[in-house]
Amino acid sequence: MPALTETMRERIKSLFARYPSKQAVTLPALHMVQDEFRCVSLEAVKEIAELLELHPAEVHDTMSFYGFFRDEQHRLGQHRVWVCRSLSCALRGGEKLLAHLCEKYHVQPGDTTDDGKVTLEFAECLGACEGAPCLLVDDHCEMNVSTERAESILSKL
Amino acid sequence: MAAFEPVLLARVGKPDSPSLATYQRDGGYAALKKALAMSPDDVITVVKDSGLRGRGGAGFPTGVKWTFLPKGHPGPIYLAINADESEPGTFNNRILMEDDPHQILEGIAISCHAIKSNTAYIYLRYEYGKSYRALDKAIQECYAAGILGNNVMGSGFKLDVYLHRGAAAYICGEETGLIESLEGKRAWPRIKPPFPAIEGLFRKPTIVNNIETMACVTHILNRGAAWFKSIGVPADPNNPRDAGSYGPKLYCLSGHINKPGCYELPLGITARQLIEEYGGGVPGGRSVKAVVPGGISMGFLSASELDTPLDFNGPGKVGCLGLGTAAVIVIDDATSMVDVLYNCCRFFSHESCGQCTPCREGTAWMTKILHRIRSGQGQIRDLDLLLEVANSMGIIPGTTICGLSDGAAWPVKNAIKKFRPEFEEYIQSKRSTITPAELVSAH
Repeated sequence: MPALTETMRERIKSLFARYPSKQAVTLPALHMVQDEFRCVSLEAVKEIAELLELHPAEVHDTMSFYGFFRDEQHRLGQHRVWVCRSLSCALRGGEKLLAHLCEKYHVQPGDTTDDGKVTLEFAECLGACEGAPCLLVDDHCEMNVSTERAESILSKL
Repeated sequence: MAAFEPVLLARVGKPDSPSLATYQRDGGYAALKKALAMSPDDVITVVKDSGLRGRGGAGFPTGVKWTFLPKGHPGPIYLAINADESEPGTFNNRILMEDDPHQILEGIAISCHAIKSNTAYIYLRYEYGKSYRALDKAIQECYAAGILGNNVMGSGFKLDVYLHRGAAAYICGEETGLIESLEGKRAWPRIKPPFPAIEGLFRKPTIVNNIETMACVTHILNRGAAWFKSIGVPADPNNPRDAGSYGPKLYCLSGHINKPGCYELPLGITARQLIEEYGGGVPGGRSVKAVVPGGISMGFLSASELDTPLDFNGPGKVGCLGLGTAAVIVIDDATSMVDVLYNCCRFFSHESCGQCTPCREGTAWMTKILHRIRSGQGQIRDLDLLLEVANSMGIIPGTTICGLSDGAAWPVKNAIKKFRPEFEEYIQSKRSTITPAELVSAH
């Protein structure tokens, strides 16, 4: 059974017109696959490569450079929560917030909760320093996050 | 200083500011119309005459960069917009994109007309989801209104603008790393020359510009080069290499400050003015120990250097790398500079792309040495070792391809030079400031 859905293939192909090279669609394709399947499997890498007329190793090379993408062994939970640990946030309790959530949900940064709901990560500067400490839920930013608010945000996921 | 009327942030926070309807009601796209009636070379001349220098960190004169494109090139020529804003402390571009995306798109369209490009890519860091949605909507509005597409505002000029999302890697803010990433490859910066203006995206002539730079272009076309040049700090007549620091600048203020935020001010405001007059000072009645002048890669100002003007030349005169992104992070006197420096080094170690050994190894070893110091196991000679590593990595000593390494070395050099007694006292005390919290989330 193919890893990529027909809709995905069509969406990937619809982007070809934007670039003079099909390889440029690598990141958009990886995003599409990971958004839906919570990881990019080796089979998906092969199928993306076929669509983009690349060697699978080329797609894998790009994918593995960005720590953002996960392979099948490191599948993401339903949601990904990034807690910023860079300087502006660290000065205002970012690291404590991250540690609190790690303890509360019994995970290390990068791990997923047992119920598969949340993958907790540290982030380097999320660019919301005026609202430090901040965190990102998928790609929605939350600013001035206290431990209580963080728990409340996570409990609603 | 008389109150400065914001231009770049004028519409930010107003009702429905991201929409095309309100943007046009406020006079939007008049600058593009004006530019389209001019020849491309005349637009370049206006931007050159304004003295606009790139807002992304390096401060290269924008109009001059545009003239580096090969003359009479058959095309395609590309504009790649660097919206990978990732320098710690920096968020000005995010605010522009979220709250006034048309201001940016207008600048992009004007710039494309000037450099004869029919395609612009906006490389946007993945983390900026709200920016993505605001820009995506704004681009669609432009196509529907005939501002983008095959016949821009009825002028016959063709322009497509595409949004391209990154994948959380700081190195993609380096212009050739960005190009490689956009091409679908790992973001390893290229050896220069050739510079992107000669051989860039898809091996074609390419201009890479920052988001705030694009917003400035819009206002320069609207108000004229003389207006822009009337703001800021004029070039030093005794320094032929000084291109001046003209125009308004978005300063990002964060850290230990009462009123963090993005402030639009004339280039050249001092760190002290920014902190005291705009930021409302340091919380808890504490005082300033150090200030990051323009993102952590620029190094630190000490408390005695707060009167440094934050223009393109000021920070360099007190040993910082430069103005950078004008992201000011305030560090209070209750904070350990050892902890601050460790945080900076850890960032660069995480974000080094690994291509050049001095950077990959140097950033990692500086982090490890600081970890040893923070665990109470440091020795005084570690400080010289840190300096030795820092001094041997980067474009300046000539050992790396890109400037990430110089930026990683700079906070180390500044911290140990300006705060050496504090580092020595820390090491001699054998104490550790590694917190239980850090151990829980150790990775």
